[in-house]
Amino acid sequence: MTAGLLFDLMMALAVLGTAAWTLAARTQFAAVIGFVATGLLLSLVWVRLGAVDVALTEAAIGAGATGVIILYVVARLRGGTAEISAATPSRAQRALAALLAVAVGGVLALAVLNLPDPAPSLAEAALAGSAPLGLGNPVSAVLMAHRGLDTLLESVVLVFAVLAVWSMAADHRWGGAPGPVFRREESGPLSLLARVLPPVGIVVGIYIAWVGADAPGGKFQGGTILAAMWILPWIAGLARPPSITDWRLRLMIAAGPLTFLCVGLAGFAVADGFLSYPPSFAKPLILLIEAAMTLSVAAALACLIAGPPERRLPPESMAADRR
Amino acid sequence: MSGTDILALAACGLVAIGLYGVVAQAEVLRKIIAFNLLGAGVFLLFGVVARRGAAAGLAADPVPQAMVITGLVVAFAATALALVLTLRLHQITGAATVAEDPPSGAAPDPASEP
Repeated sequence: MTAGLLFDLMMALAVLGTAAWTLAARTQFAAVIGFVATGLLLSLVWVRLGAVDVALTEAAIGAGATGVIILYVVARLRGGTAEISAATPSRAQRALAALLAVAVGGVLALAVLNLPDPAPSLAEAALAGSAPLGLGNPVSAVLMAHRGLDTLLESVVLVFAVLAVWSMAADHRWGGAPGPVFRREESGPLSLLARVLPPVGIVVGIYIAWVGADAPGGKFQGGTILAAMWILPWIAGLARPPSITDWRLRLMIAAGPLTFLCVGLAGFAVADGFLSYPPSFAKPLILLIEAAMTLSVAAALACLIAGPPERRLPPESMAADRR
Repeated sequence: MSGTDILALAACGLVAIGLYGVVAQAEVLRKIIAFNLLGAGVFLLFGVVARRGAAAGLAADPVPQAMVITGLVVAFAATALALVLTLRLHQITGAATVAEDPPSGAAPDPASEP
């Protein structure tokens, strides 16, 4: 027990240390590296808290995908030092900010340490509810059934986020492929990785999405891996993302929420109401939604990572897309 | 003090560090990073609550866990949108901050927007 306590203490100090370093880092690049390191340490903390599903999501999305999109902006953002130092709050203002932060952190700590004991728990209710659905992973059961509305709305948020990111494109670039165009790498480690990794990564991604019904994993974790396997050949210049006006891409992004919504509405006819499943047919329906959602999460995350279109397609390929 | 309590204090520390970064840093990009740290601290508090609610043979209460998974994905989507807005602001005005008086050096760059 003491070893576990010591490990927790080390993890806590490491997380706080990397987080503080992220703020103190001189360059933006170093700050992003600090942020990713903090995220990876946090996923270890999640394992310590017994939440392996969250640990996978934190490593894949919180540290990985977020780190990639921030790095990508860092590489293109050139702020003048004069502008930044002029806008930086004065020493007194920063001292006030520190006071505010310490006060908020202190009050939170006081509240958390004085939580009622024994803590209220919905674990038994969730477990009792997940057995009839045929799901061995109670977290997946909560995501798909007990709090299905949250997950449905979240999947819609992803679609809206893609729409919002695309709408940042300048007018004359609408209809292009998302993101910048990378030079084709014929040799080198990136090119090799982009050729060798996707076959393995796609299998791993689908497996993690599939196994989520009974073990830690699920559509978000698996979908993120699939998105990475799409991004890798794109960055190596080996594959081009489809145009944002391509209906197949749009269908991929919308398929998950649409399937979820249709099954949810079907609940009115065949079960107790919106987003409820008929008891004898729950597992196949949930797997259908999970499969469609994995595809949509992968496509939406890839589009969010790629960003708005930055170069218009040549006219002939646009004509081909229209057909 | 149990291990979960130590991690709870780490979560509060993360919230404090993130809050300080959001307020005291000028660059929008660093504010976004700090905001994500703040969010990570809030999510970790959910994790602590889930761990304290361990029952029925489960290592942690699945309901807060599911909420955090939802929250992580939404936070990613919001971060992506914030970053694209930052980039667009930079392309149009050349600014990396949202200071009220844009510095004279940061004139709009017509070359970036043909």
